[in-house]
Amino acid sequence: MSLSTAPLTPEIVSQEGNSMVLSMGPQHPSTHGVLQLVLEIEGESVVRADPEIGYLHTGIEKTAENLFWSQAQTVIERMDYLAPESNSLCYVLGVERLLGIGDRIPKRAQRIRVLFGELTRIASHCVWLGTHSLDLGAMSVFFYTFDLRENILDLQEAVGGARMHPNYLRVGGCNGDLPEGFLDTFDALLQKFPGRMRDLRGLLQANPIFQDRTIGIARLSLEDAISWGVTGPSLRASGLAYDVRRAFPYSGYEGYEFDVPTRTEGDAYARFLVRLDEMEQAHRILKQVRGQLEEPGPVMIDDTKVAAPPKETIALSMEALIHHFKIVSEGFRVPPGDVYQAVESPRGELGYYIVSDGGNRPYRVRTRPPSLYNLQAIKGIAPGNLIADLVVSIGSLDPVFGEVDR
Amino acid sequence: MEVGPGKFLLTRVDDAARWAQSSSVWPLTMGLACCAIEMMSVTDPHFDIARLGSEVFRSSPRQADLMIVSGRVAWKMAPVIKRIYDQMADPKWVISMGACASSGGVFDNYAIVQGVDTIIPVDVYVPGCPPTPDGLLHGITLIQQQIREGGRGGFLARS
Repeated sequence: MSLSTAPLTPEIVSQEGNSMVLSMGPQHPSTHGVLQLVLEIEGESVVRADPEIGYLHTGIEKTAENLFWSQAQTVIERMDYLAPESNSLCYVLGVERLLGIGDRIPKRAQRIRVLFGELTRIASHCVWLGTHSLDLGAMSVFFYTFDLRENILDLQEAVGGARMHPNYLRVGGCNGDLPEGFLDTFDALLQKFPGRMRDLRGLLQANPIFQDRTIGIARLSLEDAISWGVTGPSLRASGLAYDVRRAFPYSGYEGYEFDVPTRTEGDAYARFLVRLDEMEQAHRILKQVRGQLEEPGPVMIDDTKVAAPPKETIALSMEALIHHFKIVSEGFRVPPGDVYQAVESPRGELGYYIVSDGGNRPYRVRTRPPSLYNLQAIKGIAPGNLIADLVVSIGSLDPVFGEVDR
Repeated sequence: MEVGPGKFLLTRVDDAARWAQSSSVWPLTMGLACCAIEMMSVTDPHFDIARLGSEVFRSSPRQADLMIVSGRVAWKMAPVIKRIYDQMADPKWVISMGACASSGGVFDNYAIVQGVDTIIPVDVYVPGCPPTPDGLLHGITLIQQQIREGGRGGFLARS
């Protein structure tokens, strides 16, 4: 494609009387990524808002088809970059079901998966809260939430070596046990969290400016939410307590005590409250996981057809060397079949429909990204509000464009 | 710069201008993908980009000096980036942040521009996937160094 023939973004498309068609984005500080909205406005109020997506289309699903099952996880983690562990967890669970090893994953590995699933939820909501309040003009919240997020990234860096995409969860378990000193850092985070949540609530929850900007704004009724396919906090703020962790438990979530916070108002303030409650529930789950982590055990399945044998056995056993070589050079093979696996990501129901033709590469990895479905609702909730409230509408839906466009 | 015997501060206009210019490199608020989150992280208390005088993220390209191409550049986004770059006032600098912006990274496919330097000139490449905020800070200090030494894009040096 040559650059000159590609469509350029329009500025003012047309203007008739008091009505105007205007383009917002794709480079805009408050669209949380590369979203373009084609707005029809009547004076200051929005009559129609059409989202134009695809500015970050990366071809991740296609790229994954050309990689080994384990390599594909690398690009899949880069889909929802605010919650990388949710992506890899969902993919890994799906592949394990295809392999038929879903019930043989060691207990400790499952606990570590829950640990990172909830840590990533807090980290993702931290970014959402920071940027959402930044859109509304509250600067200091951003510093508090990003400070908390840095502590979580330190934990990810400790296990995976990378801050944002650790690629730590693997098919069959986790890549190695938790490193030394991890639990001390984790304890410090658990202890710091309640105070930090008090600070955040104190800054925003009863703040009259924040309330004025969010109460009654971008209201999403339950019928609309269901018909658009909205899931996650945005659905629960409209009144339906649907949570994949409850409805279709995975990784032992049925064994943890937690509430599914809901509100009935369905406005931006309700979504804010639901997400804050969710962060506290995640903390509650993390405290339960912390107790279980004292118990040692294996973190990888004992099946050399799927997982490479421990490094120290390679020098001693011929079979171990062969298995290691096979896993590294051509990956593992997955029996033919298809599977749909869903997890509760910070944004809602994240699903992977995975098809295998029996080879060592996925035949198809189709994603159900929650952000895409949630973002559709912008067409329903933006009209009737002012242009200034549009940033509240977008921010309260919390879209991530790596996931929307893939 | 040097302090003279009568406590004068002697300098050349060029040096003073370069010093001022290099200490106030204002980046453009343009987030693309994963790297954009790390770009936001440099403003947080752990890294504090304000120490370099670059904390003023400008939303309008007219007010920005530095474009940080933070993430993968899809073909659909490429003309937009080119246009935003053209809208920035001279002198201007570009940091290509991360593997995707620099070379396409792991996404060697139909959708991604294989290196943003095929559409706009790049001054500093920051490696990583995504680079750490320290890496980006280092990239900005390299831009500052270029300006102080009167290199490409420096005061009066751009042709």
